[in-house]
Amino acid sequence: MQPILEVHDIHKSFGAVHALRGVNLSLMPGEVHALMGENGAGKSTLMNILSGVFPPDQGRIHFKGRDIVLPDPAKAQAHGIGLVHQEIALCPDISVAENILMAATNARTSFLMNDREVRARAEKVLADLIPIPVDEKVGDLPIASQQIVEIAKALTLDCDVLIFDEPTAALTDTEAEALFRIIADLKSRNIGIIYISHRMAEIFAISDRITVFRDGAFVDTLMTAQTNPDEIATKMVGREILNQFPAKNPDLTAQTSCLLSVRNLSDGGVLRDVSFDLRKGEVLGLGGLIGAGRSETAHAICGLGRKTNGDITMHGKPFEVGDYSDSIRNGLVYLSEDRKGSGVFLDLSIAANITALDLRHVSANGFVRHKAETTRAEELGRLLSLRCENVSQPVSSLSGGNQQKVAIAKMLSVHPEIIIFDEPTRGVDVGAKSEIYTILRNLAADGVGVLVISSEMPELIGLCDRILVLHEGKIAGQVENDLMTEEEIMKLASGIACQSTSQNIGQSMNATTGGMAS
Amino acid sequence: MTSAKALKTETKSETNKPEATAVQNGVHNRMLGIFKAREAGLVAIILIICIAMSFASPYFLTWQNFRAMLLSFSIEGIVVVGMTILLIVGGIDLSVGSVVCLAMVIGGKLFLMGLDPWSASLIAVLACGFIGYLMGQCVTRIGLHFFIVSLAFMVIARGLSLLITKGTPQSLFSLPPSFKFIGQGDIAGMPFVIILFFGIVVFFDLLLRHSTLFRKVYYTGSNEKAALFSGIKTKRIKIVCSTLCGLLSGVAGVVYMARFGAATPQFGIGMELSVIAAAVIGGASLNGGAGTIFGAVLGAALLSLVTSSLILLDVPVYWQDIIRGLILLVAVSADHLLNKRKRSTSTKS
Repeated sequence: MQPILEVHDIHKSFGAVHALRGVNLSLMPGEVHALMGENGAGKSTLMNILSGVFPPDQGRIHFKGRDIVLPDPAKAQAHGIGLVHQEIALCPDISVAENILMAATNARTSFLMNDREVRARAEKVLADLIPIPVDEKVGDLPIASQQIVEIAKALTLDCDVLIFDEPTAALTDTEAEALFRIIADLKSRNIGIIYISHRMAEIFAISDRITVFRDGAFVDTLMTAQTNPDEIATKMVGREILNQFPAKNPDLTAQTSCLLSVRNLSDGGVLRDVSFDLRKGEVLGLGGLIGAGRSETAHAICGLGRKTNGDITMHGKPFEVGDYSDSIRNGLVYLSEDRKGSGVFLDLSIAANITALDLRHVSANGFVRHKAETTRAEELGRLLSLRCENVSQPVSSLSGGNQQKVAIAKMLSVHPEIIIFDEPTRGVDVGAKSEIYTILRNLAADGVGVLVISSEMPELIGLCDRILVLHEGKIAGQVENDLMTEEEIMKLASGIACQSTSQNIGQSMNATTGGMAS
Repeated sequence: MTSAKALKTETKSETNKPEATAVQNGVHNRMLGIFKAREAGLVAIILIICIAMSFASPYFLTWQNFRAMLLSFSIEGIVVVGMTILLIVGGIDLSVGSVVCLAMVIGGKLFLMGLDPWSASLIAVLACGFIGYLMGQCVTRIGLHFFIVSLAFMVIARGLSLLITKGTPQSLFSLPPSFKFIGQGDIAGMPFVIILFFGIVVFFDLLLRHSTLFRKVYYTGSNEKAALFSGIKTKRIKIVCSTLCGLLSGVAGVVYMARFGAATPQFGIGMELSVIAAAVIGGASLNGGAGTIFGAVLGAALLSLVTSSLILLDVPVYWQDIIRGLILLVAVSADHLLNKRKRSTSTKS
């Protein structure tokens, strides 16, 4: 069988940065070819070249037996190469249906829009994925649904090659499962698929071959069946990664003092009677499907969301939810799940980002002490091994992992007592991920309360001492020790099993036996 | 209260990771230092034009000429300061020309009604501040864009000026000399207007660079959602900026009144455009989050220098607007293209 797509010796530079230095890749029809590498390895650059976003400096693209040139995305689509963007590239003010059919509409020759056909086709595509109302404005959807729309958009193109650039970064496992079924279907239709992801488990579940890039250079192509995650990770990093997750805290018992306790928290929206305790020295996970109310729980506690009912106590003292600025002053901070949208100020300097939560720490009489600010930023930068030239460079010049470290440093700069991390490793490469896990664990060991929200179950299981699972705005149960498995979490998250009412969990945690009510 | 705790975190992790010293020390860090290049570029262009002009015209290198140039943009420059602050927070104010005029007209009318000129001016300035405050409220409460709200207030303020004066210019020749001094007086040969302007510029430039309040202005303008997620009360910040822009427009209006000894209801038409142009040439971004007072003043200076040079070179008056428009286009494009290159070299993935 002939490869449907081959790239030979592609080079690409941006100014002084050599993003790609002679990479090769070949794709068979009906193959899922995974492309792996740390952030900055050149994966997205190659995908942008293949989808016509910018041309290569040098090298050949051989498609269906002949060399082609891809001056723009429309040309790439006309050839039959479609891309599902990593960054969501949708028009927020138009409907789901119109977004999905955007490229198809552009390719059509008729002068008038056929709204009925657009709706019907959009519904048909979504029916295979996750049903989303097609008349809804894309801007009103949560990020996960937007990602689904982005995927649906690519599926409408008649493609022979489809590129998925981190499609599951914002999806929960159920949604990802739906995507994998679609990919299997595409495969059976002899479509070649290039699949980029940082999630090792899914790469091994769906790919046929794996190509690894490092620092813009080709490292190796391996048959998935003949390799293992450790080997891939080693090739990606260029050194061996021994243990991704730091050791858990063995000393936790039900008697461990409680930093934060939430009782019967409701927000008049999705949340209903959420109760839990966060113990000292513990990394507590919060899992569940998208829409189960994970972020909403965090927002409600911090005063970022709707008005809430329920009782919150910190250090045994009642805590009245007010403005988020009040929460910050009380030592409660929240790391946003949407790093670029609401986590960091991309255009501002690293130092200005790090001190944004409370300028009083680096100011006197209403004036910023620049030296103190720089020192503070450099201290925290060193603590988190932030890789940058200096702290006055803009955050936009950093890689995803380092941007996330800036966002974390921003939290740490106010000496918080409790930090809620919402998707702390989203879009972060393997090396930086394990660094972030260590940071979180060290914080917990130093007595800071750490609550982690994540869509990645292996992450929750590997990192947390205990995991609460939300289902439709309620705590469906919690898992710890031996019960901490994907199956157990999934049962709770999908509502198949319900351990006990939220009330019982609060009580069982306070009970001296500490036994689980499962 | 928890600093000891955090310190412990630091020492602990530092011993864990001795190699973690990627952050370099000793690099001179000025917040928003990225704008330095822009300001240096403007100074260079201004110097080049000055040198070229000193050869082209014998009148250029005279104190009279420089005094005239400074005077020509000093009062408008006060408005540029307010506009720059509003642009940084992500807003824009099209009403400044009308509001300057309104300050002039309110101050003049109250004076003619028998109030002393100082109180009349104070009331006029506060009224303009109130207009800015109202605009800020419309933007933050209703959720409208500054562009639309200020467009409406541009028309409203102009209408108020016409209403108050019944459409005829008011002569204020009876203003006391002590008040006229603001607009016409000299201190040691330096017009008071210029001194006042530089005072305002230095004051706000320092505040913008060093105060925590104005740091929050940059945060809000750079990414409003991230600012909200940092506990910053972004609505309040926007209202403060809008009010400040109104107040400074009011101050400019009162100074114009003292300078011209008159209040004309047609004054300041089109001023918003040259004010926005100056701020943008000076590095302010219409998307918010970027800009400095110093840069904006250099932008205003450049525009004024070009106008005066064109006059000295006997360029027909009809050409002057075309040339100034082209300068705006070239300045902004050059900056955008340079930034683009900078961005693509620094980000890769």
